[in-house]
Amino acid sequence: MSEAGAIPELKAIVGAVLFASRAPVTVDRLVQVFHQAAERIGGIAAGFAQVGREEVAAAIEQVRADLAAAGIGLRIAEVAHGYRLESDPACGPWVRVHLDRMRPQRLSPPALETLAIIAYRQPVTRAEIEAVRGVAVDQILRNLLDLQLIRVTGRSDLPGRPWLFGTTQRFLEHFGLNRIEDLPGVDELRRREAQVAAPDGCGAGLAEKPPAEVAALAAGSAAETREAMGHDAG
Amino acid sequence: MPLAERDYQVRLEVFEGPLDLLLYLIRREELNIYDIPIERITAQYLDYLDMMQMLDLSIAGEFLVMAATLMMIKSRMLLPPEKRAATVEDEEEADPRWDLVRRLVEYKKFKDAARFLEQLERRQSDVFTRHEVVEPGAEVPVGPPTLADVSIFDLLGAFQAALKRIGAHEDLREIFAERFTVGEKIDELLERLREQGEVSVTRLFERMRSRHEIVVTFLAMLELIRLQQIEAVQRGTFGEIVIRPTADAGVSVGAASDE
Repeated sequence: MSEAGAIPELKAIVGAVLFASRAPVTVDRLVQVFHQAAERIGGIAAGFAQVGREEVAAAIEQVRADLAAAGIGLRIAEVAHGYRLESDPACGPWVRVHLDRMRPQRLSPPALETLAIIAYRQPVTRAEIEAVRGVAVDQILRNLLDLQLIRVTGRSDLPGRPWLFGTTQRFLEHFGLNRIEDLPGVDELRRREAQVAAPDGCGAGLAEKPPAEVAALAAGSAAETREAMGHDAG
Repeated sequence: MPLAERDYQVRLEVFEGPLDLLLYLIRREELNIYDIPIERITAQYLDYLDMMQMLDLSIAGEFLVMAATLMMIKSRMLLPPEKRAATVEDEEEADPRWDLVRRLVEYKKFKDAARFLEQLERRQSDVFTRHEVVEPGAEVPVGPPTLADVSIFDLLGAFQAALKRIGAHEDLREIFAERFTVGEKIDELLERLREQGEVSVTRLFERMRSRHEIVVTFLAMLELIRLQQIEAVQRGTFGEIVIRPTADAGVSVGAASDE
């Protein structure tokens, strides 16, 4: 801070952190930033040592209001349990021209369906996804893992200990969701209605395929995901 | 009709499953999902299966499993209820269709949820951040990149209509006339689209007089869609399907297919 003696306002610091961040920032993280800055830098930063959650939340609201009032094509959105600075979608067409991204690549319907099943049913095994879709999903799962939209969350206690899949932070960011619970009809879709132990459903047959190759890939991507998340948290 | 002299292997993987096909047929025929006329739907399902096999599309084995399931349900429907209930404990399952209906209804809910995700994604495509964004780039194709607007079943429907029109009136002279190759049809199709901008699929097959030519043309169309040279769009639900060059088309695939 070379601007001699100029002490920035709380909202200015919050705005700067949000601008510089590579991932949504939570209120808790911002509070932590103020405390750590006070410890490590001292000086004027020490003045913010006592900043709490309410003040940070209020500062975010100020930034939000100021951006809206200024009308400069930027806004604050609540995404993936945090806040992010993003451009106004109304200005999207021009940004797309600038970035030369005229036809944004989107996920295919089968990929979106698979994601929807995972989002609502997580943690969920491949066999369970296939039982709903009625068709194999290995390739799609592999792609979704590569895109870090899903991750392996663990292993089921079922025979063969199949992998369990769940959605990631990136999933929330990609769709601009704050929480999984923001998806419509979560309560209805989350639990399997009328637990019929699929005796001859085609899910049972598909489940017998050894998930080895998918698992190997899954493990790799999961590690990457963890790594990516580690960066976010750190 | 086996396509014996296959010059060009069209590898369009069908990512949609048998449940998609059933939902498509139910929607097209405006049927009540809770009271499916099983005989009719089975016949139509098998028609589609025949077409996909004739075109040698790489369909999943699940399609055959579903065909067997449908035929089993059909045969059980022929039994008087007292007899068929003997094999099932649950009173509710006395209707052999019940399990299938339950699966269809459940799957439909997730398809609707997927449509919601699609809307969110569309909205987000106009939002930019400094964050690392998920970009399904060229290296990571997620499913079929191309049939997003029209399902494979819609295309097959148009194909079926064209074959039906030919029906028994297939011109015998045409049968023995010159054979077409998928490669040639690809060039022809690209040429026509260059001149006319877009062509409705119905018009595309209009003047063809042999099944062979229709099959080969259809395969050429699928291949061009797969290569992202053309795209198919539908005007409204079950409306006319139109094919047109994609924005980033222009690479000549014709040259490659001449070999």
